[in-house]
Formats: sequence, C-alpha cells, structure tokens
Amino acid sequence: MVLDLVPIWTVILAFGVFMYLLLDGFDLGVGILFSFAPGDRARDLMMASLAPIWDGNETWLVLGGLALFAAFPLAFAIIFPALYFPLLAMVLGLIFRGVAFELRPATTMTSKRWDHAFFWGSLIATFAQGCVLGKFVLGFAVSGRQYAGTSWDWVHPFVLAVGVGLVFGYLLLGATWLVMKTEGALQDWARTKARVGLFGTLGFIGMVSLWTPFLDTRIAARWFSWPNLAFLAPVPIATAAIAWWLWRSLARGRDAAPFVAAMGLFATCYLGLAISLFPYIVPPTITLWDAAAAPQSQAFLLIGTLFLLPIILMYTGWSYWVFRGKVKIETRHEH
Amino acid sequence: MELDPVLLSRIQFAFVIAFHFLLPAFTIGLASYIAVLEGLLLATKKQVYLRISTFWIRIFAVAFGMGVVSGIVLPYQLGSNWSRYSDATANIVAPLMAYEALMAFFLEAGFLGVLLFGRKLVPQWAHLFSALMVAIGTLLSAFWILAANSWMQTPAGFEIIDGRFVPTDWLAVIFNPSFPYRLVHTVTAAYLTTAFTVIGIAAWYLRHGRYLDEAKVMIAMGVILASVLVPAQALLGDLHGLNTLEHQPQKLAAMESLWETRAGAPAVLFALPDEEAETNRAEVSIPKLASLYLTHCLDGVVRGLKDFLPADRPPVVPVFFGFRVMVGMWAIMFALTLWAWWLAWRKRLFATPLFLRAATWAIPTGYVAVTAGWITTEVGRQPYVVYGLLRTADAVTPTLTGGEVLASLLIYIAVYIVVFGAGVNYFVRLVRQGLPEPLERQELRPEQRPARPLSATTGPASE
Repeated sequence: MVLDLVPIWTVILAFGVFMYLLLDGFDLGVGILFSFAPGDRARDLMMASLAPIWDGNETWLVLGGLALFAAFPLAFAIIFPALYFPLLAMVLGLIFRGVAFELRPATTMTSKRWDHAFFWGSLIATFAQGCVLGKFVLGFAVSGRQYAGTSWDWVHPFVLAVGVGLVFGYLLLGATWLVMKTEGALQDWARTKARVGLFGTLGFIGMVSLWTPFLDTRIAARWFSWPNLAFLAPVPIATAAIAWWLWRSLARGRDAAPFVAAMGLFATCYLGLAISLFPYIVPPTITLWDAAAAPQSQAFLLIGTLFLLPIILMYTGWSYWVFRGKVKIETRHEH
Repeated sequence: MELDPVLLSRIQFAFVIAFHFLLPAFTIGLASYIAVLEGLLLATKKQVYLRISTFWIRIFAVAFGMGVVSGIVLPYQLGSNWSRYSDATANIVAPLMAYEALMAFFLEAGFLGVLLFGRKLVPQWAHLFSALMVAIGTLLSAFWILAANSWMQTPAGFEIIDGRFVPTDWLAVIFNPSFPYRLVHTVTAAYLTTAFTVIGIAAWYLRHGRYLDEAKVMIAMGVILASVLVPAQALLGDLHGLNTLEHQPQKLAAMESLWETRAGAPAVLFALPDEEAETNRAEVSIPKLASLYLTHCLDGVVRGLKDFLPADRPPVVPVFFGFRVMVGMWAIMFALTLWAWWLAWRKRLFATPLFLRAATWAIPTGYVAVTAGWITTEVGRQPYVVYGLLRTADAVTPTLTGGEVLASLLIYIAVYIVVFGAGVNYFVRLVRQGLPEPLERQELRPEQRPARPLSATTGPASE
C-alpha cells in the first residue's frame, strides 16, 4: 500500500454530509415553516422556491449513505442497525414531503392533506436526523464487527435534545433562504422566523457544547487541555462572531447575507463536531482507519469521484443559476 | 409464534423494492421518450411534439419524484437490516452503488429542474440537452445497480479474506457473467413497459375522441418501438436463460420445475410443484422441448432440482410461476403488436375500438412482467444472497428482533398504500385532464420567471 486514502475519503465524506446538511437543511427548514406560513399564496411561493432543486438536494443524502458504505463499510454496518427506527422515521418523512411536492397541486384549496404531509414529513425527517447526529456523538456499543446494543439505545435525553436543536437549525436555514428568495410581506415574515431560528439554534449550540464534554472525558480533554484551548478557541469565537453578523444583517434588511451567515454557523458547528470526534467514525471505539474499506475499493471509487464531483458541483450550480433571483408565481390569467 | 427477523427482513426488502422497481421500469423508458420528442421538436418545429412532450414531462415529474423517495429507502435498509451482508460485500457492491449516485442520480436531479420548469428560461437546445442528460442518467443508473445486482447472482473478480469479499479485478466484477444479459434484458423490459403505457393511454384518448393527432403519433411511435423490442426481448430472454443454465443451474431447474436430471428433458407448461414430495402435480408438458431450447439438442442433459441438496434449492413455486407470468405478459405484448400491424396494413389501426380498448387494458403488462421477472431472478438466487457463497440467513443484522422488523414492515405497508395510492390516483387524474392547450394560443415570453412552481404537474384545464 503506497498511499493512505483514508484522509482523502474522510474529507470527501465530510464534504458530502456537509453539503447535505446545508442544501436539504434549508429545504427541510422551509418545510418546517410551511404550516406557520401566512396564507396559501405564501405557501405556493415557498414551495416554488424549492421545486426545481429539492431532488438534487436529497441526492446528497444518498451519496452520504453510499460513500459511508463504500469508504467506511464497518461504520455503515454498525451505525445503521443502531439507528433502525430514527432512520425508518427519516426515510418515511422524506417520502411524505417528497411526494407532497408532486401531489400538492392536485388537491383543491380546501384540502390541506399534502400541506400537512409536507410539514410533518419535514419535521419528522429533521428530528430523526438530529437523533442520528446525537447518537453519533453519544457513541455505539460494539462487539467485534457488529453493533452490540439494542434498537432503542438512541432514546436518551442528549440524543432527543440534539433532535430538537437540529429542528431549530434547519428552521434558521430555511427562514434565511426565504429572506433571500422572497420579497415584501413574506420576506418580513421570514425575517421574524429567522430570529426565532437563530435564538433557538444558539441556545442548543450552547447546551450541546456544554453537555458534550461531560459525556466523554476524551472530548473534554481535547478542548480544555493546554495548548489545545488556545488553538481551538477561534472556533467558538468565530461561531459567536457569525451569530452577531447574522443578527445584524437581519436587522439591516439584507437579502443574501443572513443565509450566508446561517451556513457559516453550520460550518463552525460542523468543524467543532469534527474536532470533538476525530479520529473516530464509530465513537468511542472504531477509528476511520479501522472502518476503512479495502484500499483497492477506496482507490477504484476515488478515481471517479475526483473526476465527477467537480462536474456535479458545476451543473448543480448551473441549475441554481437558472432559477436565481426572487421567486415569482406566474398568474394563470395573465395572458 | 416466533417471529423470524430473516424472513421478515426479506419480506420488507422485497416489499419496498417491488414498489420502487415499478417506477424506474416506467421512467427509464419515459426519459428516453421525452428526449426523442424534444429532439423531434427541435428538428421539425412541429407543435404536436411539444404538446406530447409537455404532457409526459408532467407525468415524469410525479413518477420520478416517487422513484427518488422510494429509492432512498433501499441503501438505508441494506445497512439497518442486512448489516452482515453490508460488512461482507461492501468492498465490492458499495463502490458500484456509489458510482450510481455519482454518475446517475446527480445527473438526473441536476438537470431535472431545468427539464421540468426551464422551458422558457433556457434556449431550446439547452432544454433538449437537459432531457438527454436525464435520459442518460436513468440508463447509467440501470447500468450500475444491475452490475451490483448481477455480481450477487454471478460473483466474479474477487477473493475472500476473513469472510469478506475483496475485489481483485474490477472489470471482472462489473462485467460479471450475467451482467450484460441482465442489463439489456432489463432495459428492454423498461422500454417496453413505457411503450405499452404510452400506447394504452393514447388509445384511451382516441377512443374518447380527444387529442386525435397527438394520440396517433404516440401510438405509431409506440408500435414501431414494440415491433423491434418485443421480438428482440424473446431473443435476449433466451440468451439470459442460457446464461442462467450455465451459472445458476438450480435457479433454472426451479424456473422449469425439473426435478430429475435427465436427457431429453420436457418443457413443463403447467404444474403445481410439490417441494415436499419433490415432484410436480397436474403437470402438462411437452417431451424433450426443454432440452431443445436449453441445450439446442433433443437429447441434451438438463440438471434437475434433485441434483442439489434441499438446503441449497430456491423456493420452486414463486420462481416457476414468476417465470410463466413474465412470459405470458410477453405473449400479450407480442399479440398486440402483430394485431397493430395487421390493422395498420388494413388502414384501421386508429379506428378499431376493440384494439384501442385492448391496448388500454394492456397497460399493466409491462409492470406485471418486470415484477414477475424480478421475482424469478431474485427468489431464484435463494437461499443465497451472494450466489453460492453467502447465505441470506447469515446476512441479517444480528441485533434485530422479529418484533421490531414486523413493526417497521407494517409501517412501510401502511405508508406505501397511502403514498402509492395517492400517486396512482393523481396519475389517472393527469391523464383525464389531458394535454396542454396548443401553444399558439399562449404567448411565449422567455424573460418570465418560471411559472407556477408546480407548473410541470398542473395542467391548464385544472381551473
């Protein structure tokens, strides 16, 4: 073995999951806001802002799952059984909200069936993803090459708290997306919801940041020992600075800045999570290197990935470019 | 009663994949059809192609969206229910599936938005290009997932280290013995499914006196495609069967329900296979015919099920009947295609109500055929998940209890009944709603932002 491919696969997997968090994050966040929207026209606009891109956003989830399966299969085989019911809830939530995109226009104005499906699907999928994240931090019982706990070990206050926290996080992304994509009364409404999202998100970031070191002394040592404390201090400082910028840009009525800041907030939290957990892919026992696939499998997939990922980003960008700007709805009798 | 997590996990996976498979079986062909229509539109500028394409793009949006969300379930279930399979085979099948996501899913999703909502936003060639990319995406998807599936049927290019499969030759892994046959057989089946769906719906319009010009074009295109692919499918299926005989003899014996190894084996037309007694009841068969088409010699030797230990045999009943149902559907398609040509020769293709009615009733043939074929090949692989090497019973997640799988299975069933029921209902509504108004009556204003978000699925007749 000449070259260790684990670091580069770690970066690719981390990138794929992060893309998913950002893209489907605002997508699901709009879904969570859907039930509180001021009126049917607002709901039409909210869906219009997502309709051309939601398929692509969800594809990052497939890539994340399959990249884990391909590059770190041992982690795939241990984590997925441990999260049997959260993952079930997630995929079913995604089914309901995905189908709602297609079927909602078929319902009459008096029938709200698919409106509810869109909201509840988004909410349940988000909460389930938060539980996945929380359980990931909490760690997994492992015996040999298999999961050793039960299908219910994820029911834990910390895991459920992260679930609720992610709901606020996605709500923030969704609201700032709407600030960027809408105007007038709907934009004003989105700004007030973005503030709710921001406070909720910061509250849960604070709570999780304080709680996590108590769960695991190793994580506490990583952050609070010297000189790590000095090196890592920029992460919480940057988080606070971005939160301030987000608040200010909302107050000043900026269009795009709040969304960019919300993504920045996700980036610093993601970085903080990575610092806490590295090098474990199945905390607290299995490292990235323990879980790695055979080198020839990692190499085979890497060749195509390095070639295809830039192309994917290019045409995904093109698609967003085609549908850029404030979303509008063409009225039917305009002609 | 003891609940068996292996059996329940199998039922659950079969359930979700059977529903999922119906959608790509339709969308693979439909994506190509839309690309052809968009190409014809660009080349001829005839509005009839625009109207047909706009109609099918709406339906594609629904089918594709449901295909995406029902597809996400599958890799997640590999991890949650089949963790030992995942651990053992990941080095081989996971990169193939990841390539499917990278090459196919992103290509489809990336260009789908422009295909559905971008007709007025991008130049016409860019819209055609998007249609082509979506079509190519569906074919690449079929390529990679069938490579993974075929490897489980006829594994090649690997060694086993510590109970796990490790690749030694990627070309041998991908182009494993059954892959080329399975790929062309399946894609052809998908094209036929689409062709008979298009023909059947166009026939319904003709019979109700609606969209006569468009319906005639749709029927003509469908019949031409069927004329090539229905006969070709018989040949391809035969080649696939010979490949199965060579590499998976017990599956073939189950398809034919042959118990004894013998020269001059009969072709069993109908029987009630009795696995306990290892014999057929109520058998109707033609002597020596199976040897003829399997070995191309009247006295060729064909291995029977008794050549294999009972523990190594697949369940005979589903494999035997699945195969017969599939062939039966093919026979209906073949008869309809012949009938269509006969009527076309008599210049009565568009004016024979009985034919039009039959064509509409034949819409399910493709879906039934792919499901039956899939049951034949997948149940025929049992009791192994990787043929001959890894038993299904050794692939399941060890920590799962039967009660847990039963709970998730019941939830899946409830959700799928609601969601697929609503999907079919909506599909029927779109068809009844019909094609869009001729464009001349609408004003094309390219600078406009996209229409109603869901304009891909909302017809002008809906209000």
